[in-house]
Amino acid sequence: MCLAIPAEIIEIEEEMAVVSVGGALRKASLMLLPEPPKEGDYVIVHAGFALHTVDPAEAEESLRLLRELASAAEDENLP
Amino acid sequence: MKYLHEYRDSGLARSLLKALQKRDYGDRSLRLMEICGTHTVAMFRLGLRQLLPPSVQLISGPGCPVCVTAVDDVDRALWLAQQPGVIVTTFGDLMRVPGSCSSLAQEKSRGGAVRMVYASFDALQVARDNPHKEVVFLGIGFETTAPTVAAAMLQASREGIENFSVVSMHKLLPPAMKALLDGKGMDLHGFICPGHVSTVIGAAAYEEIVLQHAIPCVVTGFETLDLLQGLHLLVDQVLEGKARVINQYSRAVSWEGNPAAQKLLGRVFEPADAPWRGLGVIPGSGLKIRKEWQFLDAASRFAIPRMESREHEGCRCGEVLRGAMTPPQCGLFGKACNPETPVGPCMVSSEGTCGAYHQYHPED
Ligand code: SF4
Repeated sequence: MCLAIPAEIIEIEEEMAVVSVGGALRKASLMLLPEPPKEGDYVIVHAGFALHTVDPAEAEESLRLLRELASAAEDENLP
Repeated sequence: MKYLHEYRDSGLARSLLKALQKRDYGDRSLRLMEICGTHTVAMFRLGLRQLLPPSVQLISGPGCPVCVTAVDDVDRALWLAQQPGVIVTTFGDLMRVPGSCSSLAQEKSRGGAVRMVYASFDALQVARDNPHKEVVFLGIGFETTAPTVAAAMLQASREGIENFSVVSMHKLLPPAMKALLDGKGMDLHGFICPGHVSTVIGAAAYEEIVLQHAIPCVVTGFETLDLLQGLHLLVDQVLEGKARVINQYSRAVSWEGNPAAQKLLGRVFEPADAPWRGLGVIPGSGLKIRKEWQFLDAASRFAIPRMESREHEGCRCGEVLRGAMTPPQCGLFGKACNPETPVGPCMVSSEGTCGAYHQYHPED
């Protein structure tokens, strides 16, 4: 039931959107999102409903932390 | 694709994994539970269980909605499917889950009116298309699914669709996590908290568990790097003797969760005690339909009889769901019980632990 990958919003019509999940098009209701999204946003979809708009700033920040963690790990990995 | 490839970078993954392998665990053995079935499957797909050092054990938890559905509830759904004039609508996962004597898929093959839907709104459409039938939607799932069912109920009431009703078998995960920790012999050191349930309830929902049980909780995403970072954040805490909630999956989960979904959920449902397969009745772990919405409650529309349910004797799903046993320890695993002829729900569901073991390690 859970789609573990984010879906891109292709088109919005009132409370419904066409989303692309890795290329496959599906419909998703937007009525459970606290803020209306825009076309091009990525959303987490579960059982036909978008539940969260992916936050690009948070995504950047988490990647930065990941790279930091990995480079610290690399340093320790050196003999 | 955005938000995907960057979280699958194999170079970064290798460094993170190596660092986990090289850590000094002393004589400690860390038991970390992934609550969510989607995590279980993701870890298997990556082969993570084999790659982690022996000191870090991954235990699969109760986060597969159909797996924890009590057999009485399956039997009630089967009873509904046998009633004339009724169409039962359900998510696909529940179709093949065995009840005491049959499954929804079997009822369907015998001519029962059972329809599989992908979303609660599809069930509502079945009701619009069949005004002379009673359309019942089987509401299973956790905090992620319940608001979507509430949305369909709200819509039914707005449109005055009178032939639609819902059986609420929804369950809440934090009460189950607490029940697991309260149980005897459950030696757990950290939780990999469910990503998408947390989208709705927020990372803050685990604070109480951390406070009461001093166990680290990390809300984690589903990609390779998410999982590895999540594990690092847990291992760090366990080895340093700390316990807090950390939100690794902040691109999809906020601290407070989704207020719109929470509000709708609370408008239609209220917490109630609920039976879990393998865990028994857990106080406040289910959702029942509020009085004001009783007109959409299948439990009050139909006189569903008390069920004399029984689970298959040899099936050890209960222990598997509690993390007390691994599937290969079940005598039926891979023999009488396999994905073609599943004996228990944990083998049926794509998120079930037995199904995941069978797909990725049939020989274990
Ligand atoms: S292998 Fe089959 S019978 Fe055994 S616990 Fe899993 S689902 Fe039940």
